Amino acid sequence: MTSEQASFARQLERLEEIVRRLEAEDLDLDQALKLFEEGVERLRQARERLTVAEAKVKQVLSEHAGKLRVEDFDG
Amino acid sequence: MSHSLDLFGAASPDGAWTVGEVTRQARAVLEAGLGPLWVRGEVSGFKAWQSGHWYFALRDRTAQLRCVMFQKDNRRLPGPPTDGMQVFVFGRPTVWEEKGEFRLTVIELLSTERGGLWQLAFEKAKAALQKDGLLDPARKRPLPLYPARLAIVTSKDGAAVRDIIAVTRRRWPSLELFVIPTKVQGDGAEDAICRALALLGRIDRLDVAIVGRGGGSREDLWSFNSERVARAVAAVPVPVISAVGHETDSTLCDLVADHRAPTPSAAAEAATPDRRDVAADLGQLSARLARGLGRRSERVTQRLDRTLDRLGSAVTLRLERQRHRLSAVSGRLDALSPLRILARGYALARDAEGRVLKRVAQFPPGSAFRLRVSDGEVAARATGEAS
Repeated sequence: MTSEQASFARQLERLEEIVRRLEAEDLDLDQALKLFEEGVERLRQARERLTVAEAKVKQVLSEHAGKLRVEDFDG
Repeated sequence: MSHSLDLFGAASPDGAWTVGEVTRQARAVLEAGLGPLWVRGEVSGFKAWQSGHWYFALRDRTAQLRCVMFQKDNRRLPGPPTDGMQVFVFGRPTVWEEKGEFRLTVIELLSTERGGLWQLAFEKAKAALQKDGLLDPARKRPLPLYPARLAIVTSKDGAAVRDIIAVTRRRWPSLELFVIPTKVQGDGAEDAICRALALLGRIDRLDVAIVGRGGGSREDLWSFNSERVARAVAAVPVPVISAVGHETDSTLCDLVADHRAPTPSAAAEAATPDRRDVAADLGQLSARLARGLGRRSERVTQRLDRTLDRLGSAVTLRLERQRHRLSAVSGRLDALSPLRILARGYALARDAEGRVLKRVAQFPPGSAFRLRVSDGEVAARATGEAS
């Protein structure tokens, strides 16, 4: 699992946790506000991920001396 | 050469044919008389030579026919037949002059058994993979939920790559795609697919891979039934989705892969979440977050209000009380102030240490003490007995 996709999965997990705590726990207002703010920020980041511009398609042509030859795919 | 019956010629050693002439003639007669044909029989004495040519005999209860199938013809087949297998062969009867042997040069070979050679080769390879544990369901890795990088091993020009790009871009546009072009059918396809699969392990931070092609005949899809390709799939370090477009049988590639999809588009769907679903999930989380805080803050606000109320009245009460107490105390203080008493003509007697002397016994005769009166202090001495 790469850090990028793991981070998205973790982002969602953390969001779930925040929501559950806000719903269930008897937090004081200060803690609740802190959690809420963190949740809002994580939501923003997660939504950004959904609307990000399409990544370019690459093609991997060969490997030489441990290096991949990669170029844009024009297919 | 004329072949009218020449008894004299035939009877005379002078007219003898050479071996070469006879076999050449026999070959010419045979090839002219028996064109290319289909023959049915049972394979016997099969042998594959180093050169790649196959030698075997076809038998039935009464006769046998020697056969050769050259490498250039047999390489199209998935694998060799086995002895005892019932087959149809298409070939040209001929005479192999060097050995003086009547034989069939086989161009095509079909097994009459169900699935035939394909099935045979498939079962053999499958058994080998099974033996090595590569078909164990426990080997199958789950697909990542939110992949960032996907690689596609397929033909550069096929519909498969275009379908996968279109589907993944619609569903999960942040996905980075790496196409590893490969030949997928025909000569050299197996090697090419294996090489392409080996490159997968070299792509940094790859999450998942799709290997496959669009639909085709069983022969077209055969490369994906190669044991070597199946082993190369098993060796890929990230989860692999096999998408070899065909509905009925599974290929070995399908069996070894972590996930099997019926088409390249279906593979792309399996590989990615739909951003609309994720957006809906985020929307729900967002609503719950707001409600969670709302509920919380409502409750906290109510509690705070109550506290403030209580706090408010308590403070007022306390202040009020304090104020009363304060004035009472200050009144008492005022009343208690010795200065006020002294002002009325009383004096206060204290010893050298400042202790107040209240009783006769504290004034032994001759003892010194001090008297505090309203405007100052006076040194004094007891002069006699208590009266």
